[in-house]
Amino acid sequence: MFGKLSWAAVPIDQPIPLIAGAVVLVAILAVVIWVVVAGHLPYLWREWITSVDHKRIGVMYVLLASVMLLRGFSDAIMMRAQQAVAFHSQGFLPPEHYNQIFSAHGTIMIFFVAMPFVIGLMNLVVPLQLGVRDVAFPTLNSVGFWLTATGALLVNISLVVGEFARTGWLPYPPLSELTYSPGVGVDYYLWSLEISGVGTLVAGINLVTTVLKIRTRGMNYLRMPMFCWTTLASNLLIIAAFPILTATLAMLILDRYLGFHFFTNEAGGNVMMFMNLIWAWGHPEVYILVLPAFGIFSEVVSTFSGKPLFGYRSMVLATMAICIISFMVWLHHFFTMGAGPNVNAIFGIASMIIAVPTGVKIYNWLFTMYGGRIRFATPMMWSIGFMVTFIIGGLTGVLVAVPPADFLLHNSLFLVAHFHNVIIGGVLFGAFAGYTYWFPKAFGFRLHEGLGKAAFWCWLIGFYVAFMPLYAAGFLGMTRRMQHYDVPEWRPWLMIAGAGAVIILAGIIFQIAQLVYSIRHREELRDRTGDPWDGRSLEWATASPPPVFNFAVLPHVAGEDAYWAMKAKAKEQPRHEEPDYKPIELPRNSPTGFVCAFFATIMGFALIWHIWWMVIAGFIGAFATFVAFAWRDHDEYEIPADEVARVDRVNLAERRNLVTAAESVR
Amino acid sequence: MSDQSSELHQVDLAPGEESEGGIGIRVVGYVAGLGLALLLTATSFFVAGTDLVWQPSIPVAIVVLAIAQMGVHVVFFLHITTGPDNTNNVMALFFGILVIVLVIGGSLWIMENLNHNMMPMNQIMQMQQ
Amino acid sequence: MMTTLTMTQGGERDHPGLKVAEHDGPAPKRIVTAYGFWIFLLSDMVMFSCFFATFAVLSKQTAGGPSGAELFDLKSVAIETVCLLLSSFTCGMASIAADVRNRFWFQLAMAVTCLLGVAFLFIEVREFANLVARDAGPTRSAFLSAFFTLVGCHGLHVSAGILWLLTMMAQVVAKGFRADIQRRIICFALFWHALDIIWVAVFSVVYLLGSAA
Repeated sequence: MFGKLSWAAVPIDQPIPLIAGAVVLVAILAVVIWVVVAGHLPYLWREWITSVDHKRIGVMYVLLASVMLLRGFSDAIMMRAQQAVAFHSQGFLPPEHYNQIFSAHGTIMIFFVAMPFVIGLMNLVVPLQLGVRDVAFPTLNSVGFWLTATGALLVNISLVVGEFARTGWLPYPPLSELTYSPGVGVDYYLWSLEISGVGTLVAGINLVTTVLKIRTRGMNYLRMPMFCWTTLASNLLIIAAFPILTATLAMLILDRYLGFHFFTNEAGGNVMMFMNLIWAWGHPEVYILVLPAFGIFSEVVSTFSGKPLFGYRSMVLATMAICIISFMVWLHHFFTMGAGPNVNAIFGIASMIIAVPTGVKIYNWLFTMYGGRIRFATPMMWSIGFMVTFIIGGLTGVLVAVPPADFLLHNSLFLVAHFHNVIIGGVLFGAFAGYTYWFPKAFGFRLHEGLGKAAFWCWLIGFYVAFMPLYAAGFLGMTRRMQHYDVPEWRPWLMIAGAGAVIILAGIIFQIAQLVYSIRHREELRDRTGDPWDGRSLEWATASPPPVFNFAVLPHVAGEDAYWAMKAKAKEQPRHEEPDYKPIELPRNSPTGFVCAFFATIMGFALIWHIWWMVIAGFIGAFATFVAFAWRDHDEYEIPADEVARVDRVNLAERRNLVTAAESVR
Repeated sequence: MSDQSSELHQVDLAPGEESEGGIGIRVVGYVAGLGLALLLTATSFFVAGTDLVWQPSIPVAIVVLAIAQMGVHVVFFLHITTGPDNTNNVMALFFGILVIVLVIGGSLWIMENLNHNMMPMNQIMQMQQ
Repeated sequence: MMTTLTMTQGGERDHPGLKVAEHDGPAPKRIVTAYGFWIFLLSDMVMFSCFFATFAVLSKQTAGGPSGAELFDLKSVAIETVCLLLSSFTCGMASIAADVRNRFWFQLAMAVTCLLGVAFLFIEVREFANLVARDAGPTRSAFLSAFFTLVGCHGLHVSAGILWLLTMMAQVVAKGFRADIQRRIICFALFWHALDIIWVAVFSVVYLLGSAA
C-alpha cells in the first residue's frame, strides 16, 4: 500500500536531523496558522499563489532562494564545524549523516538558491527593462516557479522522511546505483531535480521568447540593457543544457528502478558516460548562474558611476562568446579520469580561452568606473567586492584548467575553494547586488544602507577567512568531503575556515536585520518617484512598485540607456500634456501552477517511495489540470483607461514634485 | 497583452508558418515533401540491404541520406527557410544544431578516447575472470 | 514634464550615419507562442541527442547477448516509417484545413493522422513485446537498455502527441477555430513534424546502421 514507506523512515534515532526537521516543521506550521488565523489566506491566494504577474513570480523565486540559502548555509556551518573538530576523532556528525549534509549543501545551493535567485531577478526586471507589460508565457511562468518549489520541498522532506543522497551533489555511479545506494536518498535527489529541472526549462523558454519577441517599440537588440543580453545568453544555455540533465538523470532512474544497464558495472554499462553527460550539462550550468550576475554588475556599475557602460558592444560579444564556448569545455571536470593528452589539451585550451571574454568584461567594468562619479551605495560595494574576489577565483580556475596542474589539484580542497570563490564571489554577490539594487523597485522602499554595508563587509571578510585557508589545505593535500582526518598540518587552516563561516553567519544575520528594519521603517525609506538610484534603464521609468500593467503607455526607445536619454530630453524641454491612456488587457490569475505543483509533489513523493497507485493518481491529476486550463474561455481581463490614468497620474505627480524640488535647490 | 500584439508584423513569421500561397500551392508543397521523404527513405533502406555498392560506404551513405531527409522535413513540413522573415527561427535552429553536434560529437570523441586509455569496467572484469 | 517621458526619444548614443531599422514592438501572440514552442522542440532535440550519444557509445556493449543485426526486423521498421511519413503529410493537411477553417477536412485529416500514429505505436509495442519475449529486454545488456530508451522515448512522444491530437480535435468541436485554438494547432503540427525528424534519425542510426554492422 505504501511501497517502501514505513515508520522506520523517520529518523527517530538521529537527533540532529530530527530536531532540525521539527524546528522547521513547527516554524512552517506557525506561519501557516498565523496566515489562516489572521485571514491572510485569501489575499495570499489571490495576489501571490495564483498570480501570473512576472513581478510577483520573481519575488517568490527570490524568497524561495533566500529561505533555501538559510537551509544550505546551516549545512555549510555544520560541515565547517565538523572539520574544525574532527582531528583524530569522529567529530559530532556520523559519516553517513555527514555525507548527506555535503550532498544536500551542494544540491540546495546550486539548484534551489543560485538558480531561483537569478531566475527571480530576471523575471522581476527583464520585462520592465524591455519596456513591456508581461513575459511571453505568464501562466507557464507560474508553473515553472511552482515546479521549482516542488523540487525544493521534496529535498527538504528528505530531512524528516527517509534520507538524502550520500553521493555528492552530482550522484556519480556506480556509487549512486542501486547496488551501492539502496536507500531512497538518491531517489529524492533524482526526482526533485527532474521536477525542478522541468520548471527551470519552462522558465528558460519563457525568458528567451520574452527577450527575442516581446520588446517595446524601438528596443532593438543593440539597445537592450546588458542585463537583458545576459538573460538571453543564460536562458539559451538553460534551454540547451537542462535537457541533458533531464536525460542523464532519467537514465540513472531507469538503472535504479527498472534494472537497465547504462551506468552499471555489469552487462556493458559505462560509468564514464554519466560523468561525460552530467558535465556536458554541468559546465554550461556554471555560466547559466554567472552570466545574469555579470548583467547585474553591468547595470549597477554603470548606474553608480553615472556613466554608460564602457564597451557595450564588446560586452554583448563577450556574453554571446561565453554562451557558445561554455559548451566546449566540459571535459575539464574529469581531466584525471583517463582521457588522452590530445583530448585533455584541447579541452584545457578551450577552458583557458573562455577566460578571455570574462576578462574583457572585467576591463569594461573598470573602464566604466574610470572617470565616473562613483557613489558607494551597497549594490556598488557588492560589485567592487565581486571584481576583486572573482579575479582571484578566475585565476585559480585558469590554473586548474591546465591538465597537469589539475592532476595534482583534482578533488582537493583547492578545487572546493576555487568554485566557492567564483560562485560566492560571482553569483551570490551578484544576486545580493541585484537584490539591494532592485528591492525598491519591487516593494517601493529601499533597504537600510548601514546594515547592508555591515552585511557586505561580513560576507566579504568572512568569505576570505573561510575559503583562502582551503586553498592552502588543498595544497597540503587535503581532499574534499573528508568526515575526519589525522594530518596535523591541516588543522589550523580548517579552524580558521570555521571562523570564516561564523563571520559569514554574522553577514546573514545583518541581512535579516536589514530586511526587518527596512520593513519596519519603510515610510522613511519610501521611494516615491520610482527612480531611487538615478537609473539608466526603463525599469526606473515606472513607479515603485510598478503597477500591475508596468507601463501606462509603452515607452518608445531611441537608443541605449533609454531612460537616461528620456530624462535628459525632459530636462531640456519639459512638456505637460497627458498621454493618451487606453484600456489595458492583462492575463488572468490562474491556479494552474500551484495545482500542477501539488500533483507533481504527490507524484514525486510516490515515485521515491514506490507507491505506484499514488503515482497514477498524481499523473491523472496533473493531466486533468492541463486540460482544465486549456478549456477555459476567458484568460484575460481589461483594466479601463480611467483606472490606468488614475494610477499613472499619482506617479507622474511625484516625479514632477521631485524635479521641481531639485530645481528650487539649484 | 493583446493590445501589444495588435500591430501587424510583415517581417516576422512563426515557425511552421508559410509565407505565401493558396491551398493548392500549399498542398503541392506537402506532396513534394512527402514524395522526397519517401524517396530518400526508400534509398536508405535499399542501400542498407544491398551488396551492389562498396560496403564501407554504406554507413556514410545512410548518414548522408538521413541528414538530407531531415533537411527535406525542415523545409517542406516545418517551412523553415532562409528568408528574412525567418531569421530568428533559423538562428534558434542553428543554435540547437550546434549544441546537438557538440554533445554528440564531443561525447563520442571523449568516450572513444576514454575507452582507449582506460578499459570499461566490465571488460576489466572479464579479463580478471 | 515627466508625462512626456514615455513619448520622447533620446538617441544621443545611437551611432550617427548608421541607419538602424526600428524594432516595432512586441510580436503578435501567434508568433510568440509558436516561437516559444519551437525553442521547446529544440531543447527536446537536445534531450534526444543525449540518448543518441548514449546509444552510439553503448551500441557494441551487448554483454554476450543478441546484437542489433540479429534482432531487428527491417520490414516492420519500413512500415513504421511509412506510417509516420504519411501521418506527417495528413497533419500538414490538417494545418491547411485549420487555416481555412474547414471543420470537416480538419477532423478527417486529424483522424487519419491519429490512426497512422496508433498503427505506428502498435507495431512498435509489438516489436518491444517480441524482443522481451526473446529474452532481449532492456535489462539484458547496455546496448538493449540504450535501444529501448531511445526508441521508447520517441514512442512516448508519439503517445503524448496522440493524446494532444485527440484533445485538439475535441477542442475544435467544442470551441471552433478560435485564435488560441489555432495557436495550439500550429504548435501541435510543429511537434508532430519534429517527431518525424527524430524518427528519421532513429531508423537510420539505430535500425539501418545497427543491422548493417
